[in-house]
Amino acid sequence: MDNRLKAKVVSLFNEPACAKNVAKGKKERRKGCGKPLTPGATAGGCAFDGSKIVLQPITDAIHIVHAPLACEGNGWDNRQSASSGPTLYRNGITTDLTQMDIIMGTGEKRLYKAIRNAADRFNPPAIFVYVTCVPALIGDDVEAVCKHAAKKLDIPVIPVNAPGFVGTKNLGNKIAGEALFDHVIGTMEPEHSTDTDINIIGEYNLSGEFWQIKPLFDKLGIRVHTCITGDSRYRDIASAHRSRVNMMVCSAALINLARKMEERWDIPFFEGSFYGIEETSRSLRKIAELLVKRGAAADLIERTEAVIEEEEKRCWERLEPYRQKLQGKRVFLYTGGVKSWSIVSALQQTGIEIVGTSVRKSTETDKEKIKTLMGGDAHMIEKIPPREIYNRLKAGEADIMLSGGRTQFIALKAKIPWIDINQERHRPYAGYDGIIALVQDIDCALFNPVWQEIRQPAPWEEGWVAPEIDCLFDDDHLFSERAS
Amino acid sequence: MSIVVENKRPETINPLKVSQPLGAALAFLGIDKAIPLFHGSQGCTSFALVLAVRHFKETIPLQTTAMNEVSTILGGHNNLEEAILNLTARVDPRFIGIASTALVETRGEDYVGALKEIKAKNPDLANRQITFVSTPDYNGALEDGWANAVAAIIDDVVVPWSTAVTSFQQINVLPGVHQTAADIEALRDIIESFGLYPVILPDISSSLDGHMPENWMMTTMGGTRMEEVSHMARAVHTIAIGEHMRKPADLLESLTGIPTSLFPDITGISASDRLIALLSRISGKSIPVRYRRQRSQLVDAMLDGHFYFGGKKVAIAADPDLLVSLARFFHSMGAIISVAIASTSHSPDLKDIPTEKVIIGDLADFEDAVREKGADMLVTHSHGRQASERLGIPLLRVGFPIFDRIGNAHNLTLGYQGTQNLIFRIANMFLDHNHSLKPADFADKTSDISKEPLYA
Repeated sequence: MDNRLKAKVVSLFNEPACAKNVAKGKKERRKGCGKPLTPGATAGGCAFDGSKIVLQPITDAIHIVHAPLACEGNGWDNRQSASSGPTLYRNGITTDLTQMDIIMGTGEKRLYKAIRNAADRFNPPAIFVYVTCVPALIGDDVEAVCKHAAKKLDIPVIPVNAPGFVGTKNLGNKIAGEALFDHVIGTMEPEHSTDTDINIIGEYNLSGEFWQIKPLFDKLGIRVHTCITGDSRYRDIASAHRSRVNMMVCSAALINLARKMEERWDIPFFEGSFYGIEETSRSLRKIAELLVKRGAAADLIERTEAVIEEEEKRCWERLEPYRQKLQGKRVFLYTGGVKSWSIVSALQQTGIEIVGTSVRKSTETDKEKIKTLMGGDAHMIEKIPPREIYNRLKAGEADIMLSGGRTQFIALKAKIPWIDINQERHRPYAGYDGIIALVQDIDCALFNPVWQEIRQPAPWEEGWVAPEIDCLFDDDHLFSERAS
Repeated sequence: MSIVVENKRPETINPLKVSQPLGAALAFLGIDKAIPLFHGSQGCTSFALVLAVRHFKETIPLQTTAMNEVSTILGGHNNLEEAILNLTARVDPRFIGIASTALVETRGEDYVGALKEIKAKNPDLANRQITFVSTPDYNGALEDGWANAVAAIIDDVVVPWSTAVTSFQQINVLPGVHQTAADIEALRDIIESFGLYPVILPDISSSLDGHMPENWMMTTMGGTRMEEVSHMARAVHTIAIGEHMRKPADLLESLTGIPTSLFPDITGISASDRLIALLSRISGKSIPVRYRRQRSQLVDAMLDGHFYFGGKKVAIAADPDLLVSLARFFHSMGAIISVAIASTSHSPDLKDIPTEKVIIGDLADFEDAVREKGADMLVTHSHGRQASERLGIPLLRVGFPIFDRIGNAHNLTLGYQGTQNLIFRIANMFLDHNHSLKPADFADKTSDISKEPLYA
């Protein structure tokens, strides 16, 4: 493998800002964070997938995948990362390498022409080029092609070196962060900037989630310069180094980027979340505090407290009508990271009981929080095979499951209501309004009359009761056997 | 009737193609208690899995050999072995269908030899079928992957004809990937109604039809059983559907000597007539009355429907056999095929499509061509939604993937009833988007009113 790529991966595994990494011994750290994958028992996307997830939401950029068909052909336009303007990012562009390209080594030429044609056709402010397994294996020098193309076409052409075989989606996230740091951020100056400019790193505006929290910032006079990268424009990302504070969401996937931006441009960062009421308030407080430290007007803190108080009050009032209805309903939470606890307290205060939460992708801090919230670790679930979840749901151990799209059928096939709370969902659940929307959706799912009919036994099963209809003759004896 | 041209662009913009291994996986999913396994990096599986789940709205068993940096350099034999053993222990499938990917094909792995070694080393694998098919992503597309997988199963499992084989009233069916679960179900019904016994390879009608299983399954929950495949030589006839099934059909015929009918599709009145007549001849039974009724209903639907099809411009982009089938259908109802885009050139029938030019290309070619030639309806898979939005032309979703509609497995297009169903669906779409005339429509004498007669 390309030595530069190797060095990059090693450096990514040695992340000083990552608490988990720092806690490791020297020997353990050298092994890296990549968990070895088990052939025949592996789920999840590859590094290329992860890098694309991070960069694709730059809405006015063009993304070219240097690969045989599958990498882009099977996966393009598959996320709900919303745009308020440009739609260029939704095009799926690939060099679609053929057997001849691989044998004759014409991939580099094909890539160059592809970049040129895309620049002509779409006139984008920048082009991202993704290196995948096959070109990495045959040794296409994509960086050189990008450099040459950038010079010839006079637009930024950014190589993203993330072949799938180097690791998982999470590593891909970090590689994308590196690409932004190495090639994009700091290459342009913002048109204007204020002393309350912030970036939100790891927010992809899925289903328009960022727009759900943006009114809060507007109220406070905080300007979100850009999300990295939800609903962003290339120019905003390139000038993100002038923002005063970085907030990092989505766990620590882009911690390398946040840390390096702090080192190079003195932008303080913190990890926060907009899932759950307390977490939203905590994040707002932290942003205000850091902004004031960096020179924003001191009254921002008071104004933030005022908005928090008002919003929390409004939020709890909106949740009140659901309290009685949802009292005692049991939720099984199958997600990861921050969400395994951040939405718990809001649900609990609505009267919902959390019968289990998975901690597969949670850090030690996450786990501590769960323990405090749920009184001990009795409800923490590490790894659980789908069949067991199915059996437990079928046995009636929960009234509803909240999880990601991959696991939905475990609940549905057990005839249990299910709500998507992961990245493919179509409903935004961020901020104060988001938690209201989530509780409304839980209510809607739980009390949908469809469940009664779905769970009804069939005429050939035990317990079937003949539905009442107008009988023109007395046919009770026909059903008496079953009905009794 | 048309010329077939390749787009010469070096890049693919908005792919029409879906990769070959995914086609193979779909075929393997039509086998009972099966699990498909991609020999490649985890991403190859993950993208295919997500797409299949979004299309079928079902849990899809699909695993990966999870090639990493080391195995990519040193070779993937260990990963392959480990994957097979892990699957066997964890999931206990009766059938493992392994499809290669571009990654291992570029390395040039000798997986056939590897598989032999693995089987020899692990004798307890003997009681399950493991089939390997070569499906590099850099060649072909969905139809090729599906057909190659079926051919590989036939090659591995079918016991060649010998004098010991007793024929009975069995019909082999090799459906193409353009057949839905509902199509296969309907075909089974029709065959059974003539007193014949169908063996369908692969049979997604009981595995990907969406149903409630008794238990949580880690493998497919239905599909063709291996015992039936091994006994395919018992049949009296084979029905294959789609030009891409010629290769597996040829192979089956050479192994068993059973005569084969290769239908391009079983949509439209002529193809349906051909099927019913064939089954009647094979079974020696007269045609059941219900098909006479269904045929007469179809003729009525054609009469009611042709008003809305006649003279309408339709732009189609699909895999070659689906394209040929749809173009023939639309043409037969009086529509004009203004644009035809095929994902690959792998069908000799493309040149017979009643249109000026067939482009081997992508959805960017599709959009460009529609802008040039015009269309009243776009016909392609769900990825056509962006073009549909931009062009303001309604989209009929066909083929794979359809991720923004539910019930895809139950779209029936086969036989008299399927054709009737298709006519109604499309005619109603035309009705929905009927253009109500305004004075301005009559002001510009050059537009819209075709100066030349429509049909040759």
